[in-house]
Amino acid sequence: MIADLNTGTEISPNDSDARTTVSNAIEVEHIVKKYGDFTAVDNVSFRVKEGEIFGLLGPNGAGKSTLIRMMTTLIPITAGTARINGHDVQKDPNAARRAIGVIPQALTSDIDLTIEENLIIYAKLYDVPAKKRKAAIDELLELVDLTKWRNAQTKTLSGGMRRRLEIARGLVHSPQIFFLDEPTTGLDPVSRVAVWEMLTNIKSHRQLTILITTHYMDEADRLCDRIAIVDHGKLVALDTPMALKASVPGSNVIEAQFENPPADWEEKLHQLSAVTSVQHEGAGMYRILTGNGSKTTTELVELAVQAGVGVKSLSVQNTTLDDVFVHYTGRQLRDELQKAYSFVMPPRPGM
Amino acid sequence: MNRMMAIIEREMRKFFRSPALMMVSMIFPLVQLIVLGNAFGGKIKDAKLGLVDQDGGTQALKIREAFDSVRSNMRTFEPVYYTDQKRAVDDVRNGKIDGAVIIPPQYSRRVYEQDAPRIALVVDNSDNFMSSTLEGELTDITNALNQPTVSPRILQQTVLQIVELYPYIEYMKYLLPGSITLAMFVSVMIGGGMLYIDDKARGVHEGYLVTPITKMELVFGLNGAGAIKAVLTGVVITLVGSLLAGVGTVFHLDTDLGLMVMILLTSVGLNSMMFLMMVRVEDPLVPRATFGILNTLLFFPSGAIYPIQAFPWWLRAVAKADPFTYAVHGFKCLLLKETGLGAVVPDMIYLSIFALATLAVATPLFKRTL
Repeated sequence: MIADLNTGTEISPNDSDARTTVSNAIEVEHIVKKYGDFTAVDNVSFRVKEGEIFGLLGPNGAGKSTLIRMMTTLIPITAGTARINGHDVQKDPNAARRAIGVIPQALTSDIDLTIEENLIIYAKLYDVPAKKRKAAIDELLELVDLTKWRNAQTKTLSGGMRRRLEIARGLVHSPQIFFLDEPTTGLDPVSRVAVWEMLTNIKSHRQLTILITTHYMDEADRLCDRIAIVDHGKLVALDTPMALKASVPGSNVIEAQFENPPADWEEKLHQLSAVTSVQHEGAGMYRILTGNGSKTTTELVELAVQAGVGVKSLSVQNTTLDDVFVHYTGRQLRDELQKAYSFVMPPRPGM
Repeated sequence: MNRMMAIIEREMRKFFRSPALMMVSMIFPLVQLIVLGNAFGGKIKDAKLGLVDQDGGTQALKIREAFDSVRSNMRTFEPVYYTDQKRAVDDVRNGKIDGAVIIPPQYSRRVYEQDAPRIALVVDNSDNFMSSTLEGELTDITNALNQPTVSPRILQQTVLQIVELYPYIEYMKYLLPGSITLAMFVSVMIGGGMLYIDDKARGVHEGYLVTPITKMELVFGLNGAGAIKAVLTGVVITLVGSLLAGVGTVFHLDTDLGLMVMILLTSVGLNSMMFLMMVRVEDPLVPRATFGILNTLLFFPSGAIYPIQAFPWWLRAVAKADPFTYAVHGFKCLLLKETGLGAVVPDMIYLSIFALATLAVATPLFKRTL
């Protein structure tokens, strides 16, 4: 199975009717966003099926947040179309807004209000009938495990609890599609896992389509049915995590640290059999992608003995999404000028 | 409508949960009222006035007696006697005394001979207020000395008789209308300006924009909340300020009705002006940086602390457009003059038109997207 990057759907000989049998919750076609001469999103197309968890990965400044903001009606589209639950976000934005719940990147709940008050205000903004409001809030608080904190002021909550509140807030009107823009950024590992479990739990209780952007590969690998990788505003890969891993040359990764390797060591490692790429990561550490982990490891140890180079550490593992990401985007981290925002408000003291 | 009310509800919950914000918006105008009202409203007391008597005659003695009378009664100044004219003038220059009166030699003889008798007053005119007070006091004394011993039966000169419509209005009372308007301005500046931009920068508005709320609901919700905060501030400052300044008209029901309408229209007008100024601003530093400029530009030309008639033409033009001018005039009429609603209708009409105009310009500028 491979991804057709023009339409964003998989094309498989056994799955030719997929487009007609499964309806799409999100359809993005040839979407473009320009800020003056700068193209933040460049002709991106993809479709997300109902009930799917779809991940958007990309380095900083790749255009993920811009894509989400266009789909959620926050910024106008320069060209192309985005349909949410069948509604064109430009022609019928309010219908699209009613169908979606959005968790923005920043923690935007009101810190002076209590958890319950935050949810009440948003329930009113979404026109949730007064009779259903209380039941909906009670259910959500239970779902995100914040029932006993419902009267606590938001400023007294930890980062993980605030993120859970934001998730509840985004679901208060029972949307069909849920957008989460880097929901676990800034959270400690325990809170991150708690948010993952919460999302999985919510997904099992409600018929939801989820679109999530993240920097964390393990998060995407664990949560997402399909992943799109965006770089320089373009869609560079789109498939299931398994298929993406398979698309990277080399099925194993060897990480080895050497003592005083010679200057041409990287070149010598490249000549070992089945090696597809070698990355020098500093301090004598090398990351080697290979199609045959065991054979390459044997040859590598022999080479080190012959060359008199000491091996400090050595590990062999399967290809991860990190390797997929590096393969498609070049580097793990890249800071680019964020054109969309010139100012970011610092958090208030005590937050 | 429900969504608009949700925005107002959120803002009001925040407002009542942050008493510090309420206090800040009220304390500044109250402090100004108390400090400026007491600092500027008083009369000069116990100034030091040097007296150099180079005559020593009976007419000079009359002046000394007049000085002693002022010291005992009005206490405007206290005479300090000098024998050396140069030293007295030096002491005025150095600030040891506030002025010096010099009675020249032969003064008494000239008085008797009606030969243009003169006395000199040396003042430090770098302090206009002090010098004009001493000049006024000395003019009164010389006028009294010039009165004929026996008054003519029929006055031969035109006499101005002053009829004051109102009891003496202390400066603190005069300042009260300006303080009420300023309090509402500070409230919209903080509650409608700074918090609005802070919310935008923190992404709170991003949360609103993904909901089905319409542009008009958002505009009216934000403006309604800002105006309600300003109304609450206006009501509190009118009551507290009136008690502090000793203005009893606030307890008249007719006046209260007019005051409520004025407070409401001033709040809406000032808030919509602030909304227009901040509608495209993203940087939270902007409202903070412009606060001082706006305060100076709106408060001082309004006639709140000095009469507009004393301004140069260009400052009068600023005063004409300034909503503060109409608010201050309206509050002055109602609180200090008890004029009734008729006298403040033009102020109310201007504030209403101003509010509608600023809102009409701001609404199309308000972006429903980021």
